[in-house]
Amino acid sequence: MTSRSLLKAAAALLVLALAGSTADARAVKWARSGDALTLDPHAQNEGPTHNLLHLIYEPLVLRDRTGKLLPTLAISWQATEDPTVWEFKLRQGVKFHDGSAFNADDVTFSLERALQTNSDMKGLLTFIDKVSKVDDYTVHIKTKGPNPLVPNYLTNLFMMSKAWSQANNTVTVQDYKEKKDNFAVRNANGTGPYVLVSREQDVRTQLRRNEGYWGRGEFPLGVSEITYLTIKSDATRIAALLSGEVDFVQDVPVQDIDRLEKTPGLKVNFGPENRTIFLGLDVASPELKSSNVKGKNPFADKRVRQALNVAIDREAIKRVVMRGQSIPAGVVAPPFVNGYTKELDRLPKVDLQEAKALLQQAGFADGFQVTLNCPNDRYVNDEGICQAVTAMLAKIGVKVTLVAQPKGPHFTLIQKHPPETDFYLLGWGVPTYDSHYIFSFLYHTRSGSEGGWNGTRYSNPALDKQIESLAAEIDVAKRNAAIADIWKALSEETIYLALHHQQLAYAMKSELDIPVSPENHVHMKFIAAK
Amino acid sequence: MRDAADSTTPSSAASRAGTVASARRSRLAAFLDSDLLHSFLRSRLVVLAALVSLLIVGAAVLAPLIAPHDPYDLKSLSLLDANTPPAWEKGGDPNYLLGTDDQGRDILSTILFGTRSSLAIGFCSVLLASALGLSLGLWAGYVGGRVDTIIMRFADVQLTFPAILTALLIDGVALAILRHHTVEGGKFSILVLAIGLSFWVQYARTVRGVTLVERNKEYVEAARLIGIGPLKIMFQHILPNVLGPVLVIATINLALAIITEATLSFLGVGLPPTEPSLGTMIQVGNKYLFSGSWWMVAFPGFTLALLALAVNLLGDWLRDALNPKLR
Repeated sequence: MTSRSLLKAAAALLVLALAGSTADARAVKWARSGDALTLDPHAQNEGPTHNLLHLIYEPLVLRDRTGKLLPTLAISWQATEDPTVWEFKLRQGVKFHDGSAFNADDVTFSLERALQTNSDMKGLLTFIDKVSKVDDYTVHIKTKGPNPLVPNYLTNLFMMSKAWSQANNTVTVQDYKEKKDNFAVRNANGTGPYVLVSREQDVRTQLRRNEGYWGRGEFPLGVSEITYLTIKSDATRIAALLSGEVDFVQDVPVQDIDRLEKTPGLKVNFGPENRTIFLGLDVASPELKSSNVKGKNPFADKRVRQALNVAIDREAIKRVVMRGQSIPAGVVAPPFVNGYTKELDRLPKVDLQEAKALLQQAGFADGFQVTLNCPNDRYVNDEGICQAVTAMLAKIGVKVTLVAQPKGPHFTLIQKHPPETDFYLLGWGVPTYDSHYIFSFLYHTRSGSEGGWNGTRYSNPALDKQIESLAAEIDVAKRNAAIADIWKALSEETIYLALHHQQLAYAMKSELDIPVSPENHVHMKFIAAK
Repeated sequence: MRDAADSTTPSSAASRAGTVASARRSRLAAFLDSDLLHSFLRSRLVVLAALVSLLIVGAAVLAPLIAPHDPYDLKSLSLLDANTPPAWEKGGDPNYLLGTDDQGRDILSTILFGTRSSLAIGFCSVLLASALGLSLGLWAGYVGGRVDTIIMRFADVQLTFPAILTALLIDGVALAILRHHTVEGGKFSILVLAIGLSFWVQYARTVRGVTLVERNKEYVEAARLIGIGPLKIMFQHILPNVLGPVLVIATINLALAIITEATLSFLGVGLPPTEPSLGTMIQVGNKYLFSGSWWMVAFPGFTLALLALAVNLLGDWLRDALNPKLR
């Protein structure tokens, strides 16, 4: 053999080797601090739950990383001549994972399912009057009033198979708060790019690429297998990435960013999340369950809330707890949202003297006790934030007992009716990019489909009316003016104490390039693997 | 210790005839002359372990007096002091000899206070476990029959679960019940209860065994014949004879109880993060292992290891010293 033919053989081998390692066979192990709470697509309106579900199920319309609406199961949408009727044209030739075809019946079924009492998604759909099938691939959504934002509310609304749901007795949404179960909690049949292979709640979920996916030629789909792991401990999660055991960590503890960036073979991507972290206060109960003050509720007094607000040093939290990975906030709306202004987001000036004076005026010169409920596996350094707040409030005499627990039980405390917490930490992301979503879930009186995450018991009938009328306002200028009015009134009430807008960091092996999305949803179908 | 000396020295029986004062003096003399003290002084390792234990216990008891800061006083914490390395490292602050944690707590002071909580929980839960185990063991052994069967089968069932699991279970249930009551020191009592209730079985089994032997001896029969009640027989006549083994188990269990508390705190169900014990400190420090803040986990970890080792060595020695077969 000549040296040239040797070279040729080597080149051929190299080509073969490269071909063998192309995109097509890439398996990705993906670790997060907390798991999806359920697989029932409509039972929980929660980030990590939707994140996993987006792999398996699909909405009519998807919001991509840049904020643009992307046709998914619907190929086009528009308001008809009657502004209260929206027409959605559906994609043809789409199949569910069980092989059955997707059509208009599945859409009407899914939307009606998401409007049920147990559904946590119903709060997004309050504008819907009726959903009707026109033909197999056309659906009309009739709204209660003209609503210019109909598609924006559907980006996390997953489509289920009607036949599958009926066959498996999961027509009714899981009652998550009461810890009920159904077939759809553990099994899934979507149209999405990945198929559920197996799942062990809070441990691992195994997915494989859907080879019959309608977008197989359209999207890179470089990842063929996904192992989705829950690793709660920060140190263990990072150790797994450093040792090469996992390929991608979505929740990177801020203290480890430096180290990861310096490690060869690893990469860290950054970006702002469309989410604000804040504290909620029970402002309406006659008495706080966890307080030593009996017969009255300190948080019902606006001066107390303001005192807490000026006692919290958000810049210190940013610098020390978040190591720079946050934008201190004065309002519970992230900058992505329509209605956000710099003016609203102005930080309260830290002033302990004023805080003490306000407490004194309110009759709590000696402070009081209260319990703060905090998740410890949901937001970036959530427990650290709560600890820092606890120390800051101690300086003005408010003795806070901290109860930190995983997000499952924590969220139940807030969602129960009545809520079972006096004081809690929560983060709110805004998939619609519009203030109405915040008003409707966090400020509206908890009733029927509204106020699902309003754990403060705040109730203002006049405000409720304003919020409801927003949903029907089609004139953009008028609508924005109304939003500004509501924010102005709310910012004086201090129902929530905004802490910061969250920044995100994803860490991964250099072969992968997974950009941060403002919704913190990783849509694997957009990822090409080298 | 005196009971132990009593049962091992024949001279103590004779001294009972004398006056109280001379009895005390001769007891002291007997103790100084006892095998126990000799075997203690003979082993340098045990003396060292005792010194270390004494030092740690002393420092923990005196924590409020000797600690440079009060880590439980949230008012005094400042986030700006957080993550300070130990004084001798670059960026260290002589104010914080062993550095600070992620919330600005002085590590040295937190170790002192944390050891205090760990030791207090350890002692109290061992007391609870031994009191419970002693009573149930005596009762089962002395009465026998159905009572014996029920108590001992229950003990067997509990023995099939690891102690940490039982402790987690009790802790979880107690927390769920007391969710809305923020009692001062509530978490402390829950931990004592959880650990105490998960360790009683060993005492009960040992005590029952010894009681089964003792209850057929002449002195018990004599006591029964002259009409002494069963309670009095159990606690005045049989009890002194089972205290030796109980003392040994208690010493060894103390180390185990301290570690269990640390484990529970490490898992996040122990003492609240605002009042860290050694386990909580290790849990917090663990998060910072990769970011270079080694002092947050190293110092509390070392303290816990040292404490557990010293107490265990003492327990081992005590077991050997009190066991006549090994002498």
